[in-house]
Amino acid sequence: MKRETMINALLALGLLAVPLWALIADEPFYITLATRVAIFALAGVGLNIAIGLGGLVSFGHAAFFGLGGYAMGVLASHAQSYTPMMEWPFLIEGSNSMPVIWITAVIASGLAALVIGALSLRTAGVYFIMITLAFGQMLYYFTISWPAYGGEDGLSIYIRNGFPGLNTLDPIQFFAITFVILGLALVFSTLLAKSPFGLALNAARQSSERVETIGITPYRLRLTAFVISGMITGLAGALFADLNRFVSPTMFSWQTSGEIMVFIILGGTARLFGPVAGAALFIALEQVLGGLSDYWHIYLGLLLLCVVLFARGGIIGTLAGEEARHD
Amino acid sequence: MTDPVLSVRGISKSFGALKASDDVNLDLQPGEIHALIGPNGAGKSTLIKQIAGGLRPDSGQVHFLGKDVTLLSTVARARMGLARTFQISSLAMEDTVLQNALLGALGAQGKPFRFFHPVLKDSALRDIAETALSRVNLLDHATMRTSELSHGQRRQLEVAVALTLNPKAFIMDEPMAGLGTSGSQNLTTFLDELRHEAPILLVEHDMDAVFALADRISVLVYGKIIATGSVDEIRAHPEVRRAYLGEDA
Repeated sequence: MKRETMINALLALGLLAVPLWALIADEPFYITLATRVAIFALAGVGLNIAIGLGGLVSFGHAAFFGLGGYAMGVLASHAQSYTPMMEWPFLIEGSNSMPVIWITAVIASGLAALVIGALSLRTAGVYFIMITLAFGQMLYYFTISWPAYGGEDGLSIYIRNGFPGLNTLDPIQFFAITFVILGLALVFSTLLAKSPFGLALNAARQSSERVETIGITPYRLRLTAFVISGMITGLAGALFADLNRFVSPTMFSWQTSGEIMVFIILGGTARLFGPVAGAALFIALEQVLGGLSDYWHIYLGLLLLCVVLFARGGIIGTLAGEEARHD
Repeated sequence: MTDPVLSVRGISKSFGALKASDDVNLDLQPGEIHALIGPNGAGKSTLIKQIAGGLRPDSGQVHFLGKDVTLLSTVARARMGLARTFQISSLAMEDTVLQNALLGALGAQGKPFRFFHPVLKDSALRDIAETALSRVNLLDHATMRTSELSHGQRRQLEVAVALTLNPKAFIMDEPMAGLGTSGSQNLTTFLDELRHEAPILLVEHDMDAVFALADRISVLVYGKIIATGSVDEIRAHPEVRRAYLGEDA
């Protein structure tokens, strides 16, 4: 087995083992931590498709994370107050069903990614980073100033949304949902990287000119990747909101975009399990260092600096060595 | 005379006061190798960009397969069957040799929006890619990372990618550069055959190769074609000797 495959398997097992241990030891807090890791990793898997595979450094993925969150918040708040979202021209009611919420989150963030991507991808480099950041901030201030759904205070949802056949309020069952979705996203991400689309997208990242010369438009590849990326991060947002039973404009803030990016950089850009490793380390540091000092972000910053300076491949890159060839 | 595959009609392009292309006329007949030579800074690269796409001429037209393609994008021209190789390699350096060739085959097939089936297991694409690689003697290096190839091998891979497109015309920008004596002899033999598949517009500094291969030569100096003719005509042309080959050539 290749070394990276082994590390990936260990990470997956570890993420599964912690909540199982916590279940036996009756420490539900750690189950929740593992759930957060799975959800953050999912958001990172989404962003990694844009950054790692497409070379599109989006600093606005909070937009999709937030939209996913508000898809849950809006639907569930209408469901809990028994008020329809819309009565004319046709009736749309709120929903307490996770699958309905997920589909809504994926569609909403996909559409947003289509619009944001279509405009932002006309630029490149620093301008792309700035424009995506600007779109994220636009949504942030929009939600702050929109009183119908809590404005600055956000929205609290009193009951966790349901999934047919499961008790979602049971921490381990909710963890199972997020773990399975993360697994599916990872499988999809692997397939994508090896597919014709992945080959072309990856080549466009390395040489736009090359891709044009063989008759493929790089813009369309990138826009498609951006939309897929946004959809996955949006789904993570919906799960995050469900975990907290709370949504607020913070989900849209640039700090959120930054954090998702930190997961990838810590774990290893363009590595399949990079976001998983990164999110796990992030949460671990938050717990350990956060207990020592309120200013634990200083240490996170130092660590990030070291990774960028000395270990460009992140955790996975350092442990697994050079990237495996796709052959 | 048959209709030319590619014809450049009165192209001019200026950058400020600099006339990079000055009323250039050029055509490529079926089955021929038409060499474009000229000293550094003569405007060869600018002309290539206007023919292959990426740079729009101020005036004049480019016709390809009887159609005016002056306003078409690089992508559209590539789709029509205009294959270009680059002077400075523009390959995907992190990818393997095979992946680069597969990319060409994928472009020719025109269906890149497939997300689930592994491209390496697509036998139709692999056949095209591997045939092209074996034609330029790179099949043994298929699993090598492109960045590990020598300069000359990258040139060969550029040609292989162009082959996967099954093009109607080639534009090759200095394919011999960095090849060494035996390498450039091999490529010369190969291009000699290739002209029967599709005509080649060859930009080249290696005069041995040019004189060995070209059916016709055009000489570009300061953005102007100062002469077009057979190898012997160009060798004998007084203005060409003065401007380019040196008085005693």
